[in-house]
Amino acid sequence: MLRFTLRNVMARKVRLLLSALAIVLGVGFLSGSLVFTDTMGKSFDNIIGGSIADASVRLTGIDRTSLSAALNIDQRTLPASLVSTVASAPGVARADGSVYGQGMFVVKANGKLLGGTGAPTMALNFNDAPNASGEPTVTIARGRAPEKTGEVVLDQRSAENAGYEIGDTVRMVTAGDQPRVAATLVGYADFAGGGLAGATMVLFDTRTAQDLFMDGKDAYTSIELTADKGVSQEQLVKAVEPLLPKDAEAVTGKHQADEFKSVVDTVLGYLNTFLLVFAAIALVVGSFLIVNTFSILVAQRSRELAILRALGASRGQVARSVLAEAVVVGLLGASAGLALGFGLATGLRAVFASFGLDLSATSLVFSARTILVSYVVGVTVTMFAAYLPARRAARVAPVEAMRDGTARPERSLRRRWIVGTAMAVLGGTLVTTGLMGDGGWGAAQVGLGMFTVLMAIAVMSPAIAVPVLAPLGALYARVFGTTGRLATQNSLRNPGRTAATASALMIGLALVTTISILAASVSASIDSGIDEQFTSDFLISNAIGQSFSPSIADDVRHVDGVGVIAPAQLTSLKVDGDQLNADATDSRALEQIFHITYVSGDAAVGDREIALMEDRANALGVKVGDDVTLSFASGDLPSRVTGIYQSTYVVADAVIPFSTLTAAKVQRADTSIAVNAEPGADKAALARDLDAATADFPTVTVQNKDDFAEAQRGQVDQLLYLIYALLGLAIVIAALGIVNTLALSIVERTREIGVLRAVGLSRRQLRRMVRLEAIAISLLGAVLGIGAGLLFGVILQQIVKDQGITDLAVPWVRLVVFIAVATVVGVLAAVLPARRAAGLNVLRAISTH
Amino acid sequence: MSTHHGRPDSIAARTVDLTKVYGIGDAEVHALDGVTVEIHAGEFTAVMGPSGSGKSTLVHCMAALDTPTSGSVFLGETELAHLKDKELTELRRDRIGFVFQAYNLVPTLTAEENVLLPLAIAGRKPDPDWYDTVIDAVGLRDRLGHRPNEMSGGQQQRVACARALMSRPTIVFADEPTGNLDSTASAEILAFLRDSVRDFGQTVVMVTHDPVAASYTDRVIFLADGKVVDELRSPTSETVLAHMSGARRGPETGQGHAALHTA
Ligand SMILES: Nc1ncnc2c1ncn2[C@@H]1O[C@H](COP(=O)(O)OP(=O)(O)OP(=O)(O)O)[C@@H](O)[C@H]1O
Ligand SMILES: [Mg+2]
Repeated sequence: MLRFTLRNVMARKVRLLLSALAIVLGVGFLSGSLVFTDTMGKSFDNIIGGSIADASVRLTGIDRTSLSAALNIDQRTLPASLVSTVASAPGVARADGSVYGQGMFVVKANGKLLGGTGAPTMALNFNDAPNASGEPTVTIARGRAPEKTGEVVLDQRSAENAGYEIGDTVRMVTAGDQPRVAATLVGYADFAGGGLAGATMVLFDTRTAQDLFMDGKDAYTSIELTADKGVSQEQLVKAVEPLLPKDAEAVTGKHQADEFKSVVDTVLGYLNTFLLVFAAIALVVGSFLIVNTFSILVAQRSRELAILRALGASRGQVARSVLAEAVVVGLLGASAGLALGFGLATGLRAVFASFGLDLSATSLVFSARTILVSYVVGVTVTMFAAYLPARRAARVAPVEAMRDGTARPERSLRRRWIVGTAMAVLGGTLVTTGLMGDGGWGAAQVGLGMFTVLMAIAVMSPAIAVPVLAPLGALYARVFGTTGRLATQNSLRNPGRTAATASALMIGLALVTTISILAASVSASIDSGIDEQFTSDFLISNAIGQSFSPSIADDVRHVDGVGVIAPAQLTSLKVDGDQLNADATDSRALEQIFHITYVSGDAAVGDREIALMEDRANALGVKVGDDVTLSFASGDLPSRVTGIYQSTYVVADAVIPFSTLTAAKVQRADTSIAVNAEPGADKAALARDLDAATADFPTVTVQNKDDFAEAQRGQVDQLLYLIYALLGLAIVIAALGIVNTLALSIVERTREIGVLRAVGLSRRQLRRMVRLEAIAISLLGAVLGIGAGLLFGVILQQIVKDQGITDLAVPWVRLVVFIAVATVVGVLAAVLPARRAAGLNVLRAISTH
Repeated sequence: MSTHHGRPDSIAARTVDLTKVYGIGDAEVHALDGVTVEIHAGEFTAVMGPSGSGKSTLVHCMAALDTPTSGSVFLGETELAHLKDKELTELRRDRIGFVFQAYNLVPTLTAEENVLLPLAIAGRKPDPDWYDTVIDAVGLRDRLGHRPNEMSGGQQQRVACARALMSRPTIVFADEPTGNLDSTASAEILAFLRDSVRDFGQTVVMVTHDPVAASYTDRVIFLADGKVVDELRSPTSETVLAHMSGARRGPETGQGHAALHTA
């Protein structure tokens, strides 16, 4: 039987290749995602290995496993005297003080910001402190080390990206009191961990670094410890612990590595899940293609299978021979998919590099897990998809060998309605319960529910196809006459096949439509929110929420025509143990610009006061006049709730005065400045003056209401286009499905096509007939998909209504474009099958059996 | 009505030194080996000969379904060799009717739609009188809404005949149209073809193995090994049988086929 299977695979190379292509693309996406995230993990591992010392002394209270910790710049320091204290502890070979400066950026030679799209800039004091493997963390590759104020060293790649050479003057901006820094580039640095994943390393001599980041004090952010030979990291920590002041702690290098890893793993986990969701979608869509291919192949071979049965092959043998074919296809598909994944990972790496995450220093990681997962998934999906066709093959009665096998009765549509309805109910229930529940599990349930509903539509689609295609058929007949009528009849002759092909497209388009509706609703909600609440003339802020020097606010205050300004600093803190983001600001100034509606109480203006957004206050169970505890890295501060305000875009979950930050030892650095013009001032002129006043700081942008709304919408659109691009793969697979179905149908109908040609159908008419059939299939998919997407989109918008997506917007124009795209997909999918049909030799076609 | 109809002496189609070679080298088969025949308009012509003698090849070439290796085919005044695919397609659509042994109806279409298919492809409306005449002649009025798989072989072949006649072609070719049918169904088809010649002036060329079928025709052309070996006018089953044994003893004696003994 195995030989029989292989013979079949070989005999139907092209057809199976097409269905294998679905697996290739799905597995390619899957393995590409895995390879990429593994590579990313590896390069972060390298960074960890390259930078972490045996042990480290640092300040307590900072949650280094949370991403929001980076929002606050801690002002606490370790005194320089502590370095010599710990150096003298038993087992300590050496101790090096590190100055780590946050909020610094390098301005490129062309005036733009280096790494402005998210990769961090690390400003450090230069020393030759070794990492845990004993090599210096940083070495000078060319030039020399920075020795005095006015000298700087950059890592080589950043220097190249910024367009600086040794001897050039490097411009930098900081979030501190000295916002502009200029220094001569004296050397290029090499990092022991290899690449920096796109981060920028800026090195000063210790004195200068302390001037810039330690307020000029002889102090450090942390102290790196190197152990004597034979002293373990734990012993090292134990030895220095008794010598430390109250707010300092010693941790092993291993502990630091674990902290760092947990942050990296969280981020990579999100990224992986995000990419794998799309890989899963591609595989689901691909499995429709495989089901269809195998169904058609089995139908075409029913005579041959019947002969096998007549010769004594058991049902099991027949089914197994079909499944074995699936295994071969799955293996081939997975192998090619792995190769494709490699290419895809390279592509992803390039895409991420363009966003600043540069992983080129690490070669792609091909783990055994990636290979195993790819083969298991490839083969399982193919076998799963081939299961039903295989079962059908086994049910071929031996007498069919004697019949003309092509016209097999469609099974009743009633069963499809029943199964489909049951699935739809199940899917609906899942969505509903998922909405009640919350967190990741709730979202997963909603996703699963929507998937089940889509499958329900797919199951019922042969029954839905007939009424949906009827008006199209009428249109075809009217416009294209007989060719149109033939095309409609061809698409309806096997509704199951047409519907399965269309379903693949349906899934892709349903998701695209849902996402489009959500994005349009988000944009509309942003617009209406901005319309109501953005009452400042200008907003000065950083595109990605980075903080900038408070001196900018001082500059802006003195620009002619400026009336009121309200700087604000976004900060992260805990209120009674709950993590939230608060805006530190001068509420009196802020409320001259923005209208904040208090449900009860009033603004927080005095020391130790806080105002909370309504739903936050409710979640915390506090009311005006209650005392709450604010926790920062430096410790706890008691505060009183003075006001509770309605939900708004203008400020974060809570508002505190600047004095609280000072008390919490958080460095002042603004994240936004709202500006109102003086009454009667020329706003256009003011806009120009504000631009000029901030020209030195590529970290900030000046926006009016329209710019701001546009930037916000731009962010939504960017995400939308990314998702479109990822879902595009599903559409490509669906198009392949149409190609495959048409090609197979043409093989099946060879004789009929011969007859049509013999009675005078021209090649052109024949091609048009195939094309119209393809368009019918893709329009069916489009109608079902857009219908389902509309349903999902509207439901989801209702659900997130409370979370700020207040307006429902359906992008009708875009939906019409999707229909047009579906038509084009149909036309393109028909090209090869149509050419093939038109190229058939009439006489030979007629004499095929 | 086409100019070729009803003029007994005009030539509806002819071949000149028609040759068709399949395969190359050792595997070379001369399916047709210099066939020159004339088909008279308004006549019912039978083509007979042993299996493999080239009958199907001849009608395929004449019906523009196949291209000869050499020699020419004329349909009326038109030489097929000069035509492009598009013109050949139109020729098949408008001037040629073909009836296959295996009916070859389009399974998705009803009987009526099948009959009207060549006209529909051309975007033309049927002449209602002619439509009624043909439908009544084949006796299909009560089957018009049925699909091929709901009809018997004989009924399907009658639909195929009606389809061939509907566009009033210059010439109708039928390759063993009764090959799959019992004697009653065969008689219906043959009577229909003969009546279409007699009553409507249609020109029909029919390939057959059956002397009884041949007796419905006006003229029989005998083929053997790709050559025309004999001809008979106003045939009866007896004269056909006699000629068939004669043809067997034709120029290349001893090449006869067992198939003949079944007749
Ligand atoms: N496509 C082809 N390739 C090779 N040889 C062919 C092909 N078609 C026909 N032949 C050969 O050409 C010769 C004539 O075939 P043709 O079909 O015309 O015979 P026929 O007279 O119609 O026979 P039958 O009565 O069996 O239908 C035969 O020897 C046949 O083997
Ligand atoms: Mg023949």
